[in-house]
Amino acid sequence: MSEKILEVKNLHTSFFTDSGEVKAVNGVSFNLEAGKILGIVGESGSGKSVTAYSIMQILAGSGKVIDGEILYKGENILNYNAAQMRGFRGKCCSIIFQDPMTSLNPTFTIGNQLMEAILLHTDRNKEQAFDRAKEMLELVGVNEPEKRLKQYPHELSGGMRQRVMIAMALASEPDILIADEPTTALDVTIQAQILELMQDLQKKLGMAIILVTHDLGVIAGMCDEIIVMYGGRVCERGNAEDIFYHPAHEYTKGLLRSIPNASNMKEKLIPIGGTPINLLNMPAGCAFCTRCDEALKICLEEKPQEELVGEGHYASCWMNVKKQLSAAGEV
Amino acid sequence: MSEVKNLVEVKDLKEYFPVKGGFGKSLTLKAVDGVSFDIKPGETLGLVGESGCGKTTVGRTLLHLYKPTSGEFRFNGELVTEKNMPELRKEMQMVFQDPYSSLNPRMTVEDIIGEPLDVHHLYTTKADRREKILSLMETVGLNAEHATRYAHEFSGGQRQRIGIARALAVDPKFIVCDEPVSALDVSIQAQVINMFEELQEKLGVAYLFIAHDLLVVHHISNRIAVMYLGKIVEIADADELYDHPMHPYSESLLSAVPIPDPKIAKSKQRIILQGEIPSPLHMPSGCAFRTRCPYATERCAQECPSLEDRGNGHKVACFNR
Repeated sequence: MSEKILEVKNLHTSFFTDSGEVKAVNGVSFNLEAGKILGIVGESGSGKSVTAYSIMQILAGSGKVIDGEILYKGENILNYNAAQMRGFRGKCCSIIFQDPMTSLNPTFTIGNQLMEAILLHTDRNKEQAFDRAKEMLELVGVNEPEKRLKQYPHELSGGMRQRVMIAMALASEPDILIADEPTTALDVTIQAQILELMQDLQKKLGMAIILVTHDLGVIAGMCDEIIVMYGGRVCERGNAEDIFYHPAHEYTKGLLRSIPNASNMKEKLIPIGGTPINLLNMPAGCAFCTRCDEALKICLEEKPQEELVGEGHYASCWMNVKKQLSAAGEV
Repeated sequence: MSEVKNLVEVKDLKEYFPVKGGFGKSLTLKAVDGVSFDIKPGETLGLVGESGCGKTTVGRTLLHLYKPTSGEFRFNGELVTEKNMPELRKEMQMVFQDPYSSLNPRMTVEDIIGEPLDVHHLYTTKADRREKILSLMETVGLNAEHATRYAHEFSGGQRQRIGIARALAVDPKFIVCDEPVSALDVSIQAQVINMFEELQEKLGVAYLFIAHDLLVVHHISNRIAVMYLGKIVEIADADELYDHPMHPYSESLLSAVPIPDPKIAKSKQRIILQGEIPSPLHMPSGCAFRTRCPYATERCAQECPSLEDRGNGHKVACFNR
């Protein structure tokens, strides 16, 4: 077992809106090991991005972490003050966002923005920072880095801008890179370039990556460990092969049945019924119970606890408890 | 096969947009530059390509949402012109990508679905209209009680159902589906894809299915056309294209698709293209793909390859394959 660099324990994040408290993240726990790629997958509203923002403490105004712990190398970052948090962001943990169009400031040059990150987090002078910025652009595969440093974001394509974002995030050598839907806004061939770049850099620099996405294809190719989220809760977590070949939560099973893949082209897809969850109106039991074909009475009434279903493979589904009970009953 | 008449025949369709170039200069953006294809009744032709390749413009130009610059479009053997288009809209409809902006927020579901019926005078009495609307709603899986609600009261998947019911109201033979599932959540996509497939089985409607998600397109299409910078570079049966892509662009596009299966995904050799799509305002000479093509030769810079049949209707536009 390698070193646990980040431990999230029973995280609860809520948004306080006019129509009530929205429990966007509702008891999420997971560990991130140094140098590993962890995927968080879920639909919109599943709480995957809010989990990432909670780690970075960049929640929108009405959002607040109300319970739980986020341990970075054993220290709870939720106890950090603003200055400590500024040090944590960038130096220990960086984030890149979905939309490279809006995450760069249109009024400053690429060089200016890259150097800002470097000057802030390392003790280089301006000249050294410029060299470092050039080096970073080269590292992320931007051609003619010297020219790019003088250009403005609108002069670059979407793929280039995402590369610049990655360069900026990695400039201060963080231990953790959070990538929030980094390729969703990009075309397939550009997506392949960026994913390959992230894998390359991960090997070269050895940081851990948290990849947040809704795309099971991206997750399958990239991640060592996977967390499946639904309605603000973790349904299931385990390594990539557990999740894809031995899913143990009804939601994961349904999700995998409902997407076209290499083997079901001639068959009808089996959709998950119903409509996406309303976080203001959550069922008392399992978040997925209203759409689950297998739902029992207990699923509606009581929240399932996380159970170990295999080595390092956890799932929160009453079906597993039922299976265990019936197996025990037969013996 | 050849006995079945083509429902849709498109020949050398072009759509150019004038663009202001600054300093009073005017440039031409060749969004669609000589596209030809045909679709048989009850068939689905998938149209794939990256953003900016002109796939949406093809669909919109066919329905005269943009005035075509040149080219020929025959529907059921009849030449489509500006004059007969209003009448022909009874036969062809469109489902849009964004179920949020393509439905009028001030209209009830009943009125949205009823509008095409009003326009084309497809009912005799009010009761008849209501009955037709309710049966359409049933077809797409909406409850009758939803009829008096407004679009904002529905989720994305349900809104897309409303959009599909509206397209089906005139009993069309051909529907252009422009990225109909890309705005939907993964768990909802399958519901809508299945509905498209079921409607086709039931009503025999033909689709031009435009999308960028290649797995979805493969699942729903009989044949697939691949577009790059305004031109179709390859067109073939769906399975044939996936198993034996011939054009270097299709090859790399397909290899870049993330497969939701860790073993396949991790062992797959991706062909990573260098560079990015050139601006359609400054197209490379000859073959538009040559700037990113690993096989490009001198000839590719001088001439533009045309779409040639390599057997079994597998057409490719490439000198080197």
